[in-house]
Formats: sequence, C-alpha cells, structure tokens
Amino acid sequence: MSSGDSFTLDDFRRVLREGAGFDESVDLDGDIMDSTFEELGYESLALLETGSRIERDYGIRLDEDKMASVVNPRALIDMVNEQLRYGGNT
Amino acid sequence: MSKTVVTGLGVAAPTGLGLSEYWDTTLAGRSGIDRISRFDASSYPARLAGEITDFTAEEYLPNRLLPQTDRMTRLALVCADWAFEDSGIVPAEMPDYEAGVITASHAGGFEFGQNELRALWSKGGQYVSAYQSFAWFYAVNSGQISIRNGLRGPSSVVVSDQAGGVDAIAQARRQIRNGTRVVISGAVDASICPWGWVAQMAGGRLSTSEKPSRAYLPFDDDACGHIVGEGGALIVLEDAEHARERGTEVYGEIAGHASTMDPRPGSGREPTLQKAIERALVDAAATPDEIGVVFADAAAVPTLDQIEAEAITKVFGPRGVPVTAPKTMTGRLYSGAGPLDLTAAFLTMRDGVIPPTIGSSRSDRYDIDLVAGEPRTAAPGAALVLSRGQGGFNSAMVVRSGY
Amino acid sequence: MNRRVVVTGVGVTAPGGVGAKSFWGLIADGRTATRSLSFFDASSFRSQVAAEVDFDGDLLGLTPQEIRRMDRAAQFAVVTARESVTDSGLEFDAVDPNRIGVTIGSAVGATMGLDQEYRTVSDGGRLELVDHTYAVPHLYNYLTPGAFATEVAWATGAEGPSTVVSTGCTSGLDAIGYAAEIIREGSAEVMIAGATDAPISPITVACFDAIKATTPRNEDPEHASRPFDASRNGFVLGEGAAVFVLEELENARRRGAKIYAEVSGYATRSNAYHMTGLKSDGKEMAEAIRNALDEARLDPADIDYINAHGSGTRQNDRHETAAFKRSLGEHAYRAPVSSIKSMVGHSLGAIGSIEIAASVLAMANDVVPPTANLHTPDPECDLDYVPLTARDWKTDAVLSVGSGFGGFQSAVVLAEPHGRQR
Repeated sequence: MSSGDSFTLDDFRRVLREGAGFDESVDLDGDIMDSTFEELGYESLALLETGSRIERDYGIRLDEDKMASVVNPRALIDMVNEQLRYGGNT
Repeated sequence: MSKTVVTGLGVAAPTGLGLSEYWDTTLAGRSGIDRISRFDASSYPARLAGEITDFTAEEYLPNRLLPQTDRMTRLALVCADWAFEDSGIVPAEMPDYEAGVITASHAGGFEFGQNELRALWSKGGQYVSAYQSFAWFYAVNSGQISIRNGLRGPSSVVVSDQAGGVDAIAQARRQIRNGTRVVISGAVDASICPWGWVAQMAGGRLSTSEKPSRAYLPFDDDACGHIVGEGGALIVLEDAEHARERGTEVYGEIAGHASTMDPRPGSGREPTLQKAIERALVDAAATPDEIGVVFADAAAVPTLDQIEAEAITKVFGPRGVPVTAPKTMTGRLYSGAGPLDLTAAFLTMRDGVIPPTIGSSRSDRYDIDLVAGEPRTAAPGAALVLSRGQGGFNSAMVVRSGY
Repeated sequence: MNRRVVVTGVGVTAPGGVGAKSFWGLIADGRTATRSLSFFDASSFRSQVAAEVDFDGDLLGLTPQEIRRMDRAAQFAVVTARESVTDSGLEFDAVDPNRIGVTIGSAVGATMGLDQEYRTVSDGGRLELVDHTYAVPHLYNYLTPGAFATEVAWATGAEGPSTVVSTGCTSGLDAIGYAAEIIREGSAEVMIAGATDAPISPITVACFDAIKATTPRNEDPEHASRPFDASRNGFVLGEGAAVFVLEELENARRRGAKIYAEVSGYATRSNAYHMTGLKSDGKEMAEAIRNALDEARLDPADIDYINAHGSGTRQNDRHETAAFKRSLGEHAYRAPVSSIKSMVGHSLGAIGSIEIAASVLAMANDVVPPTANLHTPDPECDLDYVPLTARDWKTDAVLSVGSGFGGFQSAVVLAEPHGRQR
C-alpha cells in the first residue's frame, strides 16, 4: 500500500478517512497542513487509529511519545517521512 | 411514588424503520422474514432471518461515528433520535443529570467483534482497531446514546438474553422513581453475521425451515424453533409530573413488572413464568380482568410454548385473554424484542386494534385465544408483555393506556 | 422504601488470592500479584504484563461438565458465589427461592471463550464464513453473558430476579447498586450480587494495546501497576471475581448474621463526553459521589477511607483526584485513599466488586490496604494514597468509586449499619 518513498498529505487524508471518518463540517481537502487535529474534528483515539494504520501500511514504527505530542498534519507527516527515510522497516 | 409514563417511541425493525412504517406493516400482517442477504448462509442449517434491509447509517449519523460503531449501535442511535423527536424532548436542553439511558444488550457489537477477531487471527494484534476496546462491548449503546444526547443522569446496561429489554425498562422505571426525570430505555440487537450466526445456531433453538411463511410458528403443531431478527425499540420514559408540566401527549404508563429465573433443568422444580406474571400484576395493582391483550414471548419450541400457554391460562383462564405475537413477522430480536412488543402494546391501546400472529394456527394443545392471521379490533386499557431468555430468564411487564 | 441492605457474605477470587481470606492477606501485606503474562505467548504484544489467577476449578469443586460448559469468568462467578453463600451462614433452603435473586456484573462477558472458539471455527482467521461444525455446543453461553447470572442462580437455587449488569469497568459497583435496589423495592429478600471477568486473552490485550491504555513496563512486571505514581504509564490487565450475599438488615439481624457493612449509598452518572476519554475536572464522578453520600445520609467528613478506581493511567488518576476534591472538599486531603489495582491489576468489570470486598474487609479489620509501588506521587495527585504499606485505621464508612468506558462514573458508600450520622 505504500506509495514508495514518501508519505504525502493525500496519503494522510486517505488513512485518516478510512480509520477515523471525517467531520462533515470540515473541508479535509482544503489547506489543512497547519490546522490542529482538534480543529479538524479528531481526538486522541482517532490519532491512535490513524497512527496504527500508518505503521501497518508503511512498515514503520512511530515513537509513542512523539505521536502523543503531534498537533497537526504537518508534524505527523514530517514524522512519518523521517521514519521512512531513516527509521528503516521494523 | 411518581408514575412512569411513555412519551416517545423509536423503532427499527425488519418490518419497518420508524414507528408508522413498522405499525402499518405489522397491522397489515406483512412479514420481514426472508433468506439471509447479509452473507452467504447456504452452508448453514439455518438460512432465514428478519433483516433490516433499507437502513443506510450515513443518512442519519455523522461520518466520524461510522468507523467506531457496530450496526446495532448505529440502529440504536437512530432509534434514540426518533424516540426523543417523538417525545418532543430536546435532550440537550435538559438540565445535567436529569436524563439517563438504560439499554439491554444480548451479544454486544458482535459483528464488529467478529471483524477484529478476524484481523487478530489472520494478520496479527497490531491490526486490531483502536475502537475494539468499546465498539463490541455490551455497554456501548448506552455510552454512545449518552454522548450523542448529552445524557448525564443514571445510566446502565443489563444482559439477560431476550428478557433483557424488559428488564432494562424496569430499571429505567426504578431510576424515575428515584427522581430522574427522563430515561431513554430499551434495546436494539443485531448480530446477523457469520460468527454471530454460528454462535446462535449453537443455542439449538433456530428454525431450519426454508420457507419464510412456515419457519417461525409459535403455538402451532408445526412449531420448529424460531427465526432470528435484528432491531428493536428505544422508549422515552418520563416522570408523569414532568410529562404533565410539558403538556405532552402520553402513550401510557409502565404499571408493573416482575422477573424470575427458572430452576436448573433436572431439579424437578416448576418453571417460574407464571410467578413473574402474577407478581407483575400485583406490582401494577391490576387484576387479570383488566389486561386486554398479552404479547407472548412465543418461543416456537413446543415445550416452551407449553409452559407459556399454561402460565397464561392459569392466570387468565382458558382463552381468557387475547394473545398475540407480532414477532412472527420480525423474528426474535433478543433484547430488542421486549421493547418492540411494548411499543406494539402502546399502539394497540392507542388504536384499538391488536396486531396479528402470522403463520401460526393454534394447536389444540394450548387453550389460549391466539390472535392469528388477522388483526382484531379491541379496546384494551392494559396489556401484558412477556419476554423470556435462554438460560431461564422470565420478565413480565404490565402497561396501561392512561395514567 | 426504607428497607436497608447489608452485606452478610463475601467471596473473592483474585490474582494472588483465591478466597476472601487469602485475598485480604495479599492486599493487607501490600504484595503484588502482577506478573509476566503466562496464558499465551504475548511476545508480539505491546503490553505483556497481567494479574492472573491461579485457578483450578476441579479443586474448587466444579464438576467436569460445569468446567466444560462455562467460560472462565462464569467459573469464577460460581466458585465465588458459593464461597459467599457459605460465608453468610444463611440457610438457603429456609428462604423462598423466588425471594432470592442474582446480579452479576461483567464488562466483557465470555471474551476468553469467544476468542478461543473464533480461532477454531475460523480456522485461525482463514475462514470468513466460519465453520459451524466446529462450534462447541455451549458457544451460545459465550455469545451472551446472561449465562453468568444463570449459572450462579442454578448453583445456588435462586429463582428471583436475575440479570447481568454490564457497564464496562463500573459493572462491579453497578451490580451491587442494582441488587440493593431490588431488595429495597421488595422484589427480593436476598441477592447474590457481585462481578466477574476473565479478559486475559489475545483480543483484549490487542485492543488495549491499540489505545495504549495498558502498561508496556514488561521488564518489571511485579511493579508494573503504579497508580498515582509519577512513573505510571497504563494499567495492568487482571481477572477475577467477587460475590456477596446481600440481605435486608432486619432479616439479617433476626437470624444473627455476621454483618460486614450496609450498602448505604449508591449512585452512577455519565460524563456524556467520550467513550474512553475523561475530562480532568472529575465533575460527573463528583456528582455520583455526592449523590451516594446523600443516599447514605453521610457527610464527607464521615468517610474514613476512599477506595479509589486508581487504574494507573494518567488521565484517570488526575480525573478522580479532582473528583474527590470537588465532592469532599478539604476532607479529600484527610481521608486515606488507596488503589488495590496496584496489587491485583484491573479486572475490568470484576474489579468494582473486588474493591467492595477490599472495602468491607478494611472495615472488618480496621486496616486500610495500601497503594503498592507508589514511590514518587504525580505532583497533580496530592492526596494521602497510603503508599506501600497498610495502615491501622478505624474504618466505619468507606467510599468506593469506579470509572468506565462509555463514560460511566459510579460511587458506592458502605457503612457500619448501627447508626446514621444525620
């Protein structure tokens, strides 16, 4: 399922929708990189599910403490890409 | 002690989504039982069910709720919305702690659990959903209804097989007597999925008939087990004073209840359904004469039909009261059955017409007045609803039209 | 409705302590029963610690057929119910069976049986259309946990109101509240009430892994359950049961029964907030506590001991600490508070009843059990959590609380029945 070498905003949108659904009042297709997850209608459980799906789909491990502190898509996408580049498969 | 009245009804049944569709179909005697469509049941001995075929959760619920809910929770949330709408209560406008939710569950979100068990055993633990921790468990409907509607009052969940739905409503009445103004109560069950099906067949009471019109025949000489259905009802219960202050219309009163447990098989002791009926009447301060209709549990297992018919006959006399089982059109809904029968009981009293038992012709073995085939005009002022669960559970509830 | 309800029999099946006496010995000593999970190979899971019961149904009097047809949780319930019935000294034959009921709490029912049987009928997850020819005949009793109430009723001869109460992790408190109401309203004279759960199964471990609710402190299992400690990082999954005989006070007095405590107050409220999350203000739990005290006609200052939910998750520990302060005011700082989950883990629906057992035994012994493994309290948890060792403490009234998925917040007040404070 991995698109190869990087994790894009669209990849993120797809995983998020599949795992946690979406809030009808939020335009996920808009410029959401720096919106907080809370603004986008997601809470901790949605992020846990999303993180777990990313780990499975991309064969990486996301640091739990770092995951707990990401607040927006940009931070999460950066973290995933960092793992894809340097983290190696688990 | 303040009385507990019913002011809102919300229904999802194989015979209709929403109160009016359900009731029209029920009075017309149209069955919702057919071949299972949800999965390929051809390899299983039991192949018929009462499915809800026209429910699209997306139409009613926010998308965010869908990945975290089993089918039975989605149905329950929608039923709760309809029940509140029917009652005229806007739950968000209720003061904190004055409204609660008490549901029953039979098997929880069994299909959700099935999918996660499959993920676990076929792929591994890391494939199990973050929502598995609650989406399958028995308390999920009360929890989700509470969250969606902002209900912070006393809430609970009971499990007693098919008696559970009535037991939940009895518990809701206790809370209203203790001072909670409004409790939404009842049950919705749905576990028509391969794993649920196999577990239900293990219970040994499912009909293996291939013919929908002859598959579920309580009190008939050809009774051969029951058909399973999905759905149920949620009911808004309210302190009578509160309803009066709001000036709202009332379907009727939850007047009496009792529940009993049958003795261990082989103990030589008598079954206890009759005691449950007698005590529910005492609790309602009702005489048998006052009851104008009995909604039977209708197991369609000959020994169980015998026990039920005898209990009714002993309390009401031979053919002393009309007995009906509209669940012959929906199949047995587990916890959802009692609340749906209560709903039918209130509509019977409102409209002066008893819905029929379809398919069955009464066996001579049972001296009951079965309302078979066609609805019957009557004017019952009170009704008795019986609900029994596998494992010995008996629950009996008396309702009245006025209060 | 002025009937008063008392506890006259206690039975406990807990990790490290099968039987009430052995259980009390464990928690009064401050020993822990958490260990590396041994029921299955947990090496692929995040959390590999559990509080397991060394349980031998044969030795405890179950027949081969009972063992065969009952899920482990049902076995716990039956064995534990028999212990409490014996302890009560009540001649069950002398009571009309219709006046004896059963209420059993359970959060997750026959999870263990379901997990095992699914594995078989799906052939290890290979078959989507699971194979009914491999199903065990008692699979229906796993499907719906009402069977727990049935088994207890059949084992004790009860024919009165019987049900399972399943409100997640408050089930063990709510079952007692439910049963007490049945006696108060006059529907039964005696209730066999308690709770059981046996969730230590791959599916449960996996689902709590997925939300990181259980501790990953796998290298130090004996000290893995650390409620209120700054280093805590999740709960330890446990199992077990506690069952009580509840009776109407006057009946119990008439027959000269040993009375452990009166179930003098109970209330439950919901946070209507989130299925698993808790707000830090503890508002709804505080409301439940206030209502339970009100029903007991006690003031906050009358509470001698608080038996906490204390699961060992950060959000819980802060939530309930706030709830105690909000409901009890200054007295929250004076009353000893402890969490026995530090020793016996978190057995989901069962733990509420096991904690009630700890509470009534604390009253019987005038000893407050400790919070084990508490060395460095979280600065936001600034109450007296009775760290490490039990305390001799005159205990006449106890508050026991619980918090569960689904948003349920429950409180039970137990008190010596002799007098009411106001």
